[in-house]
Amino acid sequence: MTTTVLPRVNYLNVRHGVASWLLTKDHKRIGILYLLVVTIAFFLGGLFATGIRIELTTPQGDFVSADTYNRLFTMHGVAMVFFVLIPSVPAILGNFALPLMIGAKDVAFPRLNLLSWYIFVIGFFFTLAAMVFGGVDTGWTFYTPYSSLYSNSNVLMTGIGVFIAGFSSILTGLNFMVTIHRMRAPGMTWFRLPLFVWALYATSLVQILGTPVIAITVGMLALERALGFGIFDPRLGGDPVLFQHLFWFYSHPAVYIMILPPMGVISEVIACFSRKNVFGYSFVAFSSLAIAVFGFLVWAHHLFVAGISPYSAMVFSFLSFAVAIPSAVKTFNWTATLYQGAIWWRAPMLWVFGFIGLFLIGGLTGLFLASLGLDVHLHDTYFVVAHFHYIMVGGAIMGFFAGLHYWWPKMTGRMYPNWAATTAALLVFFGFNLTFFPQFILGYLGMPRRYHAYSEEFQVLNVLSSAGASILAVGYTLIASYLVFSLFKGQAAGANPWRATGLEWKTESPPIPDNFTETPIVNEGAYKYSEREIEVA
Amino acid sequence: MPEIAAAHADPGAHAHHPALQHHFQTLEQQQEASTLGMWIFLVTEVMFFGGLLMAYLLYRVWYPLAWSEGSLELDIRLGGFNTVVLIGSSLTMALAVRSAQTGAQKATVRWLLLTMALGLTFLVVKFFEYREKYLLHHIPGPNFQFEGPEAAHVQIFLSLYFGLTGLHALHMVVGFCILAVITWMAHRRRFSPEWYTPVELSGLYWHFVDIVWIFLFPLLYLVDRAHHLS
Repeated sequence: MTTTVLPRVNYLNVRHGVASWLLTKDHKRIGILYLLVVTIAFFLGGLFATGIRIELTTPQGDFVSADTYNRLFTMHGVAMVFFVLIPSVPAILGNFALPLMIGAKDVAFPRLNLLSWYIFVIGFFFTLAAMVFGGVDTGWTFYTPYSSLYSNSNVLMTGIGVFIAGFSSILTGLNFMVTIHRMRAPGMTWFRLPLFVWALYATSLVQILGTPVIAITVGMLALERALGFGIFDPRLGGDPVLFQHLFWFYSHPAVYIMILPPMGVISEVIACFSRKNVFGYSFVAFSSLAIAVFGFLVWAHHLFVAGISPYSAMVFSFLSFAVAIPSAVKTFNWTATLYQGAIWWRAPMLWVFGFIGLFLIGGLTGLFLASLGLDVHLHDTYFVVAHFHYIMVGGAIMGFFAGLHYWWPKMTGRMYPNWAATTAALLVFFGFNLTFFPQFILGYLGMPRRYHAYSEEFQVLNVLSSAGASILAVGYTLIASYLVFSLFKGQAAGANPWRATGLEWKTESPPIPDNFTETPIVNEGAYKYSEREIEVA
Repeated sequence: MPEIAAAHADPGAHAHHPALQHHFQTLEQQQEASTLGMWIFLVTEVMFFGGLLMAYLLYRVWYPLAWSEGSLELDIRLGGFNTVVLIGSSLTMALAVRSAQTGAQKATVRWLLLTMALGLTFLVVKFFEYREKYLLHHIPGPNFQFEGPEAAHVQIFLSLYFGLTGLHALHMVVGFCILAVITWMAHRRRFSPEWYTPVELSGLYWHFVDIVWIFLFPLLYLVDRAHHLS
């Protein structure tokens, strides 16, 4: 690490004061603004999870009432899904890195980008208000008719929050898509794009095609709840399963909004820290698109026990298996990238290894759930909870931290202490497995999800899970601490602390307001590691 | 990216146009970006209406009798009149874009004002249609009243009727406001044959909202009318 000084004028210090942040159109600053709100939502969601894990240390429902417990897991899900997982990588890291990576001054629509953040914050405030004024108890899935007719909690206000925040996601997807089409620097052809950009493109596709459907679905739910319209009401002949179809038409692809961008991060980091080009670049790029497309055709695997026809269930089961193919393509290609690489054990790489292992377990257990027969046994058990936490926390959050640790020196110009980052990565990895691996076993043994009390024989595994959760909490707090510490005391990172080859590393850290002193001319691909290492040898 | 690469070779060509934002290299790049953005936005709109239309499709297959009964409750004359009004407004909108393209500033303002007037006509007629439904207690909800064996299913039909036409009317209101801003800009002579992207893009939006109505009118008003021609 060289001790260079920070650039004299950069995007962080070019203007000062709160107004300069709240009115900024700079994609880098907007990325930071998202980081702030998402961090708040993350710790809020973590707080609810803490309540859940405390309750579940004993079989009796003694810490909170059943009703409070319902609210805790619902608000945990709403906060984490809509306000952490969906915006985390695209809106924070994507906003910061995308224009830099393609050699642009900004995204295509900077004002719209800022508006997206405000929409996100307004949605968050509505949801927050719903939480403060008593919470919501339907589960994050808002299934009708409970949500539309019977629940006594703040379904409407939460729904409005989710509806509003959805438009932030749509507009960000739109913005990124146009940016990737129209803002690339001269010479930046599609097949020279970094794989993170391909992943963001695939994600944008899902965001613009899926998110409007959840918006209108929540809108219909609101009409039914607030005005008494009949759309899903079984008393009028309406079909609650239609709600489930429409809900999952978005919410299953939403899983790919959460996981595709982290997959892009993994491709960036793994190439840099094994000093090798990504193996099978075009396969990794197209597998992102394949996941985005297949992702739209599998939603009904959430409805296998909801009374859908066995024939459509078979088709959806088959298609759900098919999604494993592009996912496996990625995993194999990452592994092949590591092969004979010069692996550099720094913090971002530790998160990558965590991601690959945990995503593998999460993905394979997904195949268990996509099997029609086995799903009848495992549906609505802790097996499902463990499965999607392996994908969403083990996959998406780990990938987010890989990216955050990778680009942090670029974002702030400063390095965090490597020993602290290593400790945190290991803590989170062990804490995570201790929290969620027992839940696979609990689910297999038949413990249903969403209950605040359970049979005594499940206690040992639940205590292990709660113990793991406390390790996770320590790990996440540690990350927050050393990242904040690094802002003030971190060593200056220099333009390219990882000796990485993307365009974003060719400008200063933190970058100047316009990103590059002059528009870069691109005449090579994003990954030039192999050639470079050979030269060195 | 040949077009952008070519544009880079000639950065000074439009660099001083007042409408060029600093993060774009050329006006062409900016226009292409805006147009693509609008088309993508319209795709999201299709999906937005699509959710409601999916519900419509399912229940129409399940409850054809209720769909027939509910549809006959709608006023085909007012609906038909509004269809003509909207198609007319599409024409005037297209003429406004054409005028902006050729630099006919006054004509642009005139056609835009006419488009707004037609849009407003549509909304006024829609208001009277809704009002009639209100007086008849045909608005779904606790006060809904309807005689007949299919009453419950007709309530679903009318829920979707209000959902779809309400959402469409909301888009009309938004479109009206956009056109008001564009008209003001046109009046201030902000557009030229070189740069009239806002006129063109609000035109795209306006046509989209019209097309939605072209679908809604037969889907809602013309169900099973053939059997009831008297």
